[in-house]
Amino acid sequence: MFTFIDTVIIGLTSGAVYSLMAISLVLVWRSTRVINFAQAGQALLSTYIGYSFIGLFDSYWIALFFAIVLGAGVSALIEILFMRTLFKRNTGPIAGVAPIIATLGLLGLIHGLIGIFMGGKEAIIRPPVSNVGYTISGHTLALSPLKLVIVSAVLFLMISLSFIFTKTNIGLALRASAYSPEIARLAGVKVDAIRTLGWALAGAAGAAAGMLQTPNGTGALSPDSLEFSLLLVLGFIAAVIGGLESLVGAVIGGLLLGLVLAFVIMYVSATLPFMTAFLLLLGVLLVRPQGIMGRKVGRRA
Amino acid sequence: MTLIVSDLCVDHGAIRAVDHVSMKIEQGQLAAVIGANGAGKTTLLRALSGLTPTTSGTASWQGHNLLHAKPEKLVRFGVSHVSEGKSVIPELSVEENLNLGALWRRNASEAKETRQRIFETFPRLEERSTQLADTLSGGERQMLAIGRALMAKPQLLLLDEPSLGLAPLVIAQIFQSIRDLTTRMGLTVVLVEQNAMSALEIADVGIVLNLGRVAATNSAQSLIADPQVRAAYLGY
Ligand SMILES: Nc1ncnc2c1ncn2[C@@H]1O[C@H](COP(=O)(O)OP(=O)(O)O)[C@@H](O)[C@H]1O
Ligand SMILES: [Mg+2]
Repeated sequence: MFTFIDTVIIGLTSGAVYSLMAISLVLVWRSTRVINFAQAGQALLSTYIGYSFIGLFDSYWIALFFAIVLGAGVSALIEILFMRTLFKRNTGPIAGVAPIIATLGLLGLIHGLIGIFMGGKEAIIRPPVSNVGYTISGHTLALSPLKLVIVSAVLFLMISLSFIFTKTNIGLALRASAYSPEIARLAGVKVDAIRTLGWALAGAAGAAAGMLQTPNGTGALSPDSLEFSLLLVLGFIAAVIGGLESLVGAVIGGLLLGLVLAFVIMYVSATLPFMTAFLLLLGVLLVRPQGIMGRKVGRRA
Repeated sequence: MTLIVSDLCVDHGAIRAVDHVSMKIEQGQLAAVIGANGAGKTTLLRALSGLTPTTSGTASWQGHNLLHAKPEKLVRFGVSHVSEGKSVIPELSVEENLNLGALWRRNASEAKETRQRIFETFPRLEERSTQLADTLSGGERQMLAIGRALMAKPQLLLLDEPSLGLAPLVIAQIFQSIRDLTTRMGLTVVLVEQNAMSALEIADVGIVLNLGRVAATNSAQSLIADPQVRAAYLGY
């Protein structure tokens, strides 16, 4: 029984982090129709930034704030410097994929830069609150204060981002620019600025994912962190399972993926997570090709 | 003279779509630009609203240079463009599509007022205000597209083939609304149409485009009466 509950808790917590990563991918997709593979690198960079601020202020929370703000800034800068130019220049046959390939290049670039500046240095982010589980009638649960913080942070981010997207003017501009940049421009929306904003929000979500995930794992950061690459792949799978368009879908996809992986690791084998993730993706797409929260009508994007 | 186009040329690669076009449209006038499919009507309109780069010539609206300006900037000068083929965003609700047109004004109460007036013109939109634009009929979409453009409180309205794909009865209804709006709001309208007769019937002046060139320009009444124009564009 306790094993079951613990598996659920572990699944939901890691799922919450996949959700955050999925949210950041969905944000970029929704506002610019690009899959941003550089997101893993950006999240790692933001987490390194957070790590430096922990050294400066001796507070995880202040560092989290700076990681999120600067993560958003870096992401906005990437959009302005690289993606915007590509978007405008490109009309050839590879117009649709060129920006996506470019994000792969950026991923390598960011990893390289981190390696040059941070390689060989030990960097560890300790949990800001205890990651030791609560104890109920002599049994220590997997549920810890840190895991509660992570799950609540993800829920808070999802709700506030959903609110921004569906209920505010900025959100309307973000959606309109993504669905139809031309009509949005004709309606007076400054689409360039709105696209940058979409990337900034995504950078913020990615930074939060990195800063929350790291102390929940080993706490160690390294320039060639496998954990962040894994986070990207699982976040991407979660986003696609959720339908790629919907923030709620991204969270459902992330939690579902987290739960399924936790159960497979606990009850079947610890060596199967990748295969399981891809099988789940395949299964969901076969049953619902548009993803869990995706719309049925296809669209020439 | 408020809309002045002179010697405008626009190329699509090797194709000259707009060829030395000049025209003058007075404030408050409804001008019909008619011509066959491929005559360059859409290209002309897109050039005027900053969507398509031009090769040479000039175009100005109340002293503002229309060329080399971004469409989002032109909206702020009072120029609204309804592009060809139901210029609405299907994934947004009717109300959101309308609100989009007034976002840049940053004045929610004024937007609400404008929206109310648009609902008076197109009551169908009010009934469907919470539905996705995707669920609207072709005619309702066109009303929504025009409504969205009006949310910006424009002075110059550029309409690209509002009759496209609509039934004759619906076309008559929409064209009547366009005429009424022009008069009531003192708009200047450039109405681009393949459906020449319907357009000329509500227009003050007409411009006939043929292969990118101005073939004739006159009052709408005279064009309707002109035997050559009748034979070539009105079909009788
Ligand atoms: N994006 C484009 N690329 C190449 N040629 C185009 C493009 N748009 C229009 N054309 C060509 O320019 C000419 C005028 O087209 P258009 O302005 O759409 O005419 P209309 O709106 O009167 O039907 C046509 O010959 C058309 O094939
Ligand atoms: Mg056309």
